[in-house]
Amino acid sequence: MGKFTERVNFFIASVVRIIPTSCLNRLTRSETHDMTDSSTSLLNVERLGKSFRGLQALEAYDLSLRQGELLGVIGPNGAGKTTLFNLLTGVTPATTGVIRFAGVDISGRRPDEIARLGVARTFQKVRLFPALTALENLRIPLQMHESAALWQVVLRTSHFLRSEATLTQNARDLLALVDLADAAHKPAAQLSYGQQRRLELACALALQPRLLLLDEPAAGMNPTEADALMHLILRLHREFNLTTILIEHNMRLIMNMCSRIQVLNYGRLIAEGAPDEIRRNPLVVEAYLGQVENHGAG
Amino acid sequence: MSRAMEGVRRVNINGATRNLLVGCAYVALLATLLWLAQSTLNNYYLRILAVIGINIILTVSLNLTNGFAGDFSLGIAAFMSIGAYTAALLSLPVAMKTASFPGLPAWLQTTSIPFLPATIVGGAMAAAAAVVVGVPVLRLRGHYLAVATLGLMVIVRVIANNWQDVTRGARGINGIPPLSNIWWAFGWAALTIYVVWMVVHSPYGRAMIAIREDWLAAQARGVNVLRTRLLAFVLSAFFAGVAGSLYAHLITAITPSSFSFVITFNIVVMLVVGGMGSITGSVIGAVLLTLLPEGLRQVETALAAGGTPLYGLSQIVIALLAALVMIFRRQGLLGGREIRLPGMTER
Repeated sequence: MGKFTERVNFFIASVVRIIPTSCLNRLTRSETHDMTDSSTSLLNVERLGKSFRGLQALEAYDLSLRQGELLGVIGPNGAGKTTLFNLLTGVTPATTGVIRFAGVDISGRRPDEIARLGVARTFQKVRLFPALTALENLRIPLQMHESAALWQVVLRTSHFLRSEATLTQNARDLLALVDLADAAHKPAAQLSYGQQRRLELACALALQPRLLLLDEPAAGMNPTEADALMHLILRLHREFNLTTILIEHNMRLIMNMCSRIQVLNYGRLIAEGAPDEIRRNPLVVEAYLGQVENHGAG
Repeated sequence: MSRAMEGVRRVNINGATRNLLVGCAYVALLATLLWLAQSTLNNYYLRILAVIGINIILTVSLNLTNGFAGDFSLGIAAFMSIGAYTAALLSLPVAMKTASFPGLPAWLQTTSIPFLPATIVGGAMAAAAAVVVGVPVLRLRGHYLAVATLGLMVIVRVIANNWQDVTRGARGINGIPPLSNIWWAFGWAALTIYVVWMVVHSPYGRAMIAIREDWLAAQARGVNVLRTRLLAFVLSAFFAGVAGSLYAHLITAITPSSFSFVITFNIVVMLVVGGMGSITGSVIGAVLLTLLPEGLRQVETALAAGGTPLYGLSQIVIALLAALVMIFRRQGLLGGREIRLPGMTER
């Protein structure tokens, strides 16, 4: 109990401590842009669909996400949640539909282009660069903001050296944010599962995203770790007005965090609304528990 | 904030200055060693030394593609061939060109340029070929590069065999000025090591390693996969072209079969034995596997003189060595680590 509050406090303290001084200021890089067109939504998805050789993984999916919203996406296994993320990030090309991010049509763009536009994600199964240290892992997403030409790299110009120093400093700040400052020089492969999860989140934040996609971030975490993570996500969301889509199986987590929830089943959007509406929606109950009538009649 | 930045900058520039001084010291040391070698060794050993330098260039540059970016290029022989033919055609004396190459375009027939620019153009032509092969192939995920570069080797060979006006076909080019020596070989080797080291320890190198480790995660974190893989492949091809030019001006005669798959095989073995993803490992692999067969060849000669001819011993030993490394130390001698020269800081 004491340990838990201590941990949460540490997170809050570290966030607060770091905000004014570091790169995290720039987490909000989108704000100035979006103020001008805050009436329109940050992410606009129309009739998005994906079929794998006849299997309809996602069908006629619509979404309009406002700047600063925290949307939860739930659904049974195989409902198409991860497919949705893969489509939004360009990993798999959509069969039908349009994705508009901050007014730009991103359907058909490469994943790295979409990432550079400000869509960051984490993966359901942690994906890090195992041989690289935690610090080096963070430099990969961070370096996209620091550009040095090849000749500058080869000649080690002072511009390049300064950009490398900035990169290291930003990476250290992010490590501190997710409570990994001590593990900076450990290879990612040697980190504990919870640490790897947090490092992956830091990698997503390093892109200075305008839209954060979290694919079951609490999977495999114990309740203490999950709560600490939840506080961190909420914190990021509130402090930086970071627009977030959260896929999660942990109902307690998602019901507490999200003001709007979408439910997918067999690739179709079957319900959308506030947590209370979702909890009472018969279609949702059916999707998770099977047809109620059958049990009742039998 | 700004004071902190000042501190960071000062530390770095001091580190850079120090590295520059230490680097100059190492260059001076290398020059002294080369001068010593030049003044004490006979031509046979000097030639082996030059070959070592050329093999270091090839192995270290191949490491960029095969070790760091995680691709598998087998294009060494093709790129060497392109570099060798290009540079040889540029550096041949005009008199020799008019005699041996009546079909050569007039502008090429009447020009002869010095060794250094000829070598650079040779490398650039190899790099251009790498762009042509790389742009379509490196878009694909997987080891298609190995097949594509093998194909390139065949194509280059067929062209060299049939483009009579320029390459003289199977007769090849001879009488290439013997300009290559240990100074050029080790000068280029030092430059290759320097450039590859700097690229690897930079955002470009980190992006290469990221792609090698997890393609999808690298892309999700903003790494342009095609551009990064292409950079590794093209840089590697450039230095292979340079090595081809150095080789051509060392043995002074080249034919289409001078650049066969055997060269590619040898360099890949040097890379694997030294340890993929380790630059110093590549150097060690290149030195070791150039000296070893030379030594064994002398053993062969001695055995033959003593009445037990065991020709081919050296090749068998190298193949066995490669197999043993694969079985007992798959990561190579250095296993992805680096031996750091004393006095040098991180980057």
